[in-house]
Amino acid sequence: MIEVENLKKYYSVFRREPGLKNSLKALFRRHTTEVKAVDGLSFHISEGKRVGFLGPNGAGKTTTLKMLSGLLYPSGGKVLVDGHLPHKRETSFLKKIILVMGQKQQLLWDLPPLETLELNRAIYEVPMPVFRKRLGELTELLGIGPQLRTPTRQLSLGERMKCELAAGLIHGPKLLFLDEPTIGLDVSMQQTIREFIRSYNEREGATLILTSHNMDDVEALCPRILVIDKGRLLFDGSVAELVAQVKPEKRIGLRFEGSSLPENLEAYGRVISAGAGEAILQLGLGEVSEVLGQLLTRFAIKDLTVENPPLEEVMSELFSKHALTRNEEAAEFS
Amino acid sequence: MKRLLKMLPSLLRVGFAENIAYRAEMLIWVLATTMPFVMMVLWRSVAEHFPIVGGMGQTLGPLQMTHYFLAVFVVRQVVSAWAAWEMNFEIRQGTLSMRLLKPLSPLISYAVNGLTGLPLRLVVALPVLLIFFLLGGLRDGAEYRLFFLLPLALLGGWLIVLFAHMSIGSLAVFTGSSIRIMEVWMAAFFVFSGYLFPLDLFPDWLASIGDVLPFRYQLGFPVQLLTLSLRMEDALILLGKQWLWVVALGSLTGLLWRKGVRRFEAFGG
Repeated sequence: MIEVENLKKYYSVFRREPGLKNSLKALFRRHTTEVKAVDGLSFHISEGKRVGFLGPNGAGKTTTLKMLSGLLYPSGGKVLVDGHLPHKRETSFLKKIILVMGQKQQLLWDLPPLETLELNRAIYEVPMPVFRKRLGELTELLGIGPQLRTPTRQLSLGERMKCELAAGLIHGPKLLFLDEPTIGLDVSMQQTIREFIRSYNEREGATLILTSHNMDDVEALCPRILVIDKGRLLFDGSVAELVAQVKPEKRIGLRFEGSSLPENLEAYGRVISAGAGEAILQLGLGEVSEVLGQLLTRFAIKDLTVENPPLEEVMSELFSKHALTRNEEAAEFS
Repeated sequence: MKRLLKMLPSLLRVGFAENIAYRAEMLIWVLATTMPFVMMVLWRSVAEHFPIVGGMGQTLGPLQMTHYFLAVFVVRQVVSAWAAWEMNFEIRQGTLSMRLLKPLSPLISYAVNGLTGLPLRLVVALPVLLIFFLLGGLRDGAEYRLFFLLPLALLGGWLIVLFAHMSIGSLAVFTGSSIRIMEVWMAAFFVFSGYLFPLDLFPDWLASIGDVLPFRYQLGFPVQLLTLSLRMEDALILLGKQWLWVVALGSLTGLLWRKGVRRFEAFGG
């Protein structure tokens, strides 16, 4: 479905020092620097898969999505999406895809979202019976009946995003590029959007690429993740594989009988948090079964959970390791 | 083309709904185009005291000045566009991306958007047109067949305005903003189109400059047709020149847009 080989996108960016003198200088001589937004990215995604695209700000996630959707022309490499060269933006290609950007909207600001949906029906040439059927399904799944008839400007951020998704999906795209779809939304709205995206993927067999800084989105939706930094692929695999590779640890959540904690808890593992009768320990993967056995025999434990460390921490560790490697490489060459 | 015709009713309907939603803005825009009425008062007063002779040897008295500026108002309402501002905004905000992702050329969207404002503008223009005709006193022996050229001239005028807007709007991809360029265009329009003073008042040297620029074909030429102040043979020549401008600016729009989109693809938005 998506084939990316050695994909590159380089930009020339103007650089200017602050101050009046430098502003005047910049009128006559401009300094440019080359920025490697995407630098030799390769991956394949099969039809119907859900893939998370992760990385820090400026890693090249949005640039990659824009190249996949045909908005940007690659500086090098090959990208093929369902047999199309995206940058050609052929009508048949554009009818298959949708790019939803959490910070940019397509809804007409002063009109109810239903008007945007009707406009999209005409532009994407959706037959009226199909339009009515999809509209009914989307309205029900997203719970946007009344909102569809309220001017967009009067909707809350979450309601707007739900209507934005409906406007994007009314033509039944087979490929969803979602760039930060839950940005700025409250927890319950995030959950609704996630559930909807998952059900759309399962019902329609659509392929989905998601970028998000919200790790809950990624964990809930994406069995596979691609991690990039400085335009390069750092990791390609499942969340569990990433954790095992970067931070091979487990978090044990303990609830003891009563409100006091055992005194020597740090002897069993690193104490992440401790409160009234509750504590979280972090253990190496190899120690988990042994330490759990000891804890259960020595203390009265009411409840116990075993979880991976939060993905945020795993990612942060991955990026700091990567930055360290880069610095060492740079030092070697200088 | 068949695809476009199929989607056109929905595009026009939604575009019209959008224009109605922006009714306050539309009203302010109409108020901003009332300059011809101010000029009408001014030039009527001049014509009362100083006899002015038009290009066809006709006297331009107060009544003719009234005719002229009422016609200017009506034609301006018909041949208006605002694509340059829309494009500037979308290019700067990066929302042009959302249009580029749809299987419909953004240029067609901008054109249709412009067209959908016409019914509201006609609501203001038609009563003025009625007054224009009720005033009577159009030139004796005038060539009434000129009216038959008017629809084509109005379409040509609108296309010149639209293509100029789209060309200037496309420049925003290269310059970051082309609002200033639009302002320069508008300044030249005010001078050379006949918007502020009848083209008949131009000295020969200025008229010859105005003749090779597109501005008179946007507004002045349709106004001359409406006020019947042309000979048929001259009108046909001007119509030919007008459509040459339509073709030239249409080609320029196509060229700048293609280059603009390529640059947008290179640098993103």
